[in-house]
Amino acid sequence: MPMAGLVLVVAFVLLALLGPLVTGDPAEQDYLATLAAPSGAHPMGTDDLGRDAFARIAHGAQVSLQAGVLSTLLAMVVGIPIGLVAGFYRRWLDPIVMRLVDVTLAFPFLVFAVGLAAIIGPSLKGVVLALGFSQLPAIIRITRGEVLAVREMDYVAAAIADGSGDGHIIFRYVLPNCASPLIVQATVAIPAAIIGEATLSFLGLGVQPPTPSWGVMLTTAQQYLSDAPWLAVWPGLMIALATLGFNLLGDGLRDVLDPRSHR
Amino acid sequence: MILRIDNLVKHYGPVRAVDGLSLEIGEGEVLGLVGESGSGKSTVGKCVLRLTEPTSGTIELAGRDITHLQRRAMRPLRRDVHMVFQDPFSSLNPRFSIERIVAEPLLRHKVTDRREVSRRVGAMLERVGLRQEMRKRFPHELSGGQRQRVGLARALILEPKLVVADEPVSALDVSVQASVLNLITDLQRDMGFSCLFITHDLSVVEFLADRIAVMYLGRIVESGPTADIFAGPRHPYTQALLSAAPVADPVKQRERRRIVLGGDVPSPLDPPPGCRFHTRCPLAYDECRVTEPLLNDPRGGGHPAACHLVTADRVPDAALPR
Repeated sequence: MPMAGLVLVVAFVLLALLGPLVTGDPAEQDYLATLAAPSGAHPMGTDDLGRDAFARIAHGAQVSLQAGVLSTLLAMVVGIPIGLVAGFYRRWLDPIVMRLVDVTLAFPFLVFAVGLAAIIGPSLKGVVLALGFSQLPAIIRITRGEVLAVREMDYVAAAIADGSGDGHIIFRYVLPNCASPLIVQATVAIPAAIIGEATLSFLGLGVQPPTPSWGVMLTTAQQYLSDAPWLAVWPGLMIALATLGFNLLGDGLRDVLDPRSHR
Repeated sequence: MILRIDNLVKHYGPVRAVDGLSLEIGEGEVLGLVGESGSGKSTVGKCVLRLTEPTSGTIELAGRDITHLQRRAMRPLRRDVHMVFQDPFSSLNPRFSIERIVAEPLLRHKVTDRREVSRRVGAMLERVGLRQEMRKRFPHELSGGQRQRVGLARALILEPKLVVADEPVSALDVSVQASVLNLITDLQRDMGFSCLFITHDLSVVEFLADRIAVMYLGRIVESGPTADIFAGPRHPYTQALLSAAPVADPVKQRERRRIVLGGDVPSPLDPPPGCRFHTRCPLAYDECRVTEPLLNDPRGGGHPAACHLVTADRVPDAALPR
């Protein structure tokens, strides 16, 4: 199954990178063929303005990939250092950080993201920021938890006895030994962000209509569900497959990265 | 003196792990620190390495007071002391090669010439009996005994004056224990480092330690030269510990009187008043429940015991209850 996940993820990335090169302009309208069923000219059909659904799916993959990867990257880049410092030094910082995390974790992920997106304003940048900050508490919590476990290991005590400074211990001992659960978390966070982007765009809080996004496509498709059901099927299917792919890949990575399976 | 500990106290919140402990280790001397689990013996080791902050008391390493030294100020002094840990599985960084693990102390103390580091790591691995092809391996590829040899190599590569060995063989298979113990003995003779050897098993230190100190609930109850402790233990607790160790001679084993201690070690949260051992001591009398006996040596021979019954002309015998 992890291989299937890898295949799906690779296919998704290729679609995002190469798809827009082979498809036509996603904004090009053909009023003679609105709400057309899938055919040779339009493999996925057309929408209410006669735009090619396949071109929009391919360009939408770019938006999804960016939203998924960039927001996760943002959460990691900000969250891991905070979790490292809070978990390693404890003192006064740890309780403050963790209470803030508890408060934000009390909101469901999407509710929090919707709120943030409404404040930041609807755009791809807004989506990335909103989703990134919504992922932040989970990343901080996971990092800190791992750090708490790792810093009690004898090899950290040995590193102190070696004469290591804190920076050396954090980057050479603590961080590498916390890495596997964080990598696995990334494969959970990316699909969550893809769904998050689609949700925000569907609600009109994300990417704005001329730009193709799977969420925007779903909004349109909703109105023509009985006349052109394929319009809803394609973006829905893509969201499901991309999410499934990352989750399966994450399961596989979890096994590979577990040190006990190295033997 | 390489190590002088005076009235060391370490409390973890309400837990009195170490509660007024003094000991000294001379140059090239091996002191066996013996006690049950929960007696605070590992905490002593951690305090000596400054892996934990002592509550009070003083620790002098090679004449220098290190009790409350800052992390940064302590760093250069770490040339002189290192540690061998109990658990060979958690004491080596899984992300480092064996070569890197053993080289770390050198690198952290500004030995950066790559050829010199490589040469010294190679020589050290050979001394602990590891083949050179182990260099590129990772800890999870090694057996427990091999890992403990790596731990020894790391502890010794800077030729420290003092090594704290915290139960270095208790996690190993019995068949491997002897070879690692012999290795420690040989290395100690060759390199001449002092050693604080922490163990719960008296028989482990019988042939290794020059002196033995027996701990009970955070304090030393008896100390003395190893041969004297084994030949004539003075404290009832030491007598009970020795009687519990099996003897290899079946005839003697059968004739021996075993002293079976009742109950468990009392909680270090609330040590008993008077003598800490009185709740389990077969010889305890009224005085023991009230007055705490001090470590004194009325019989001489550098062999003090903390028991009211040890006097100039009498030693208690826990095998003969009053």
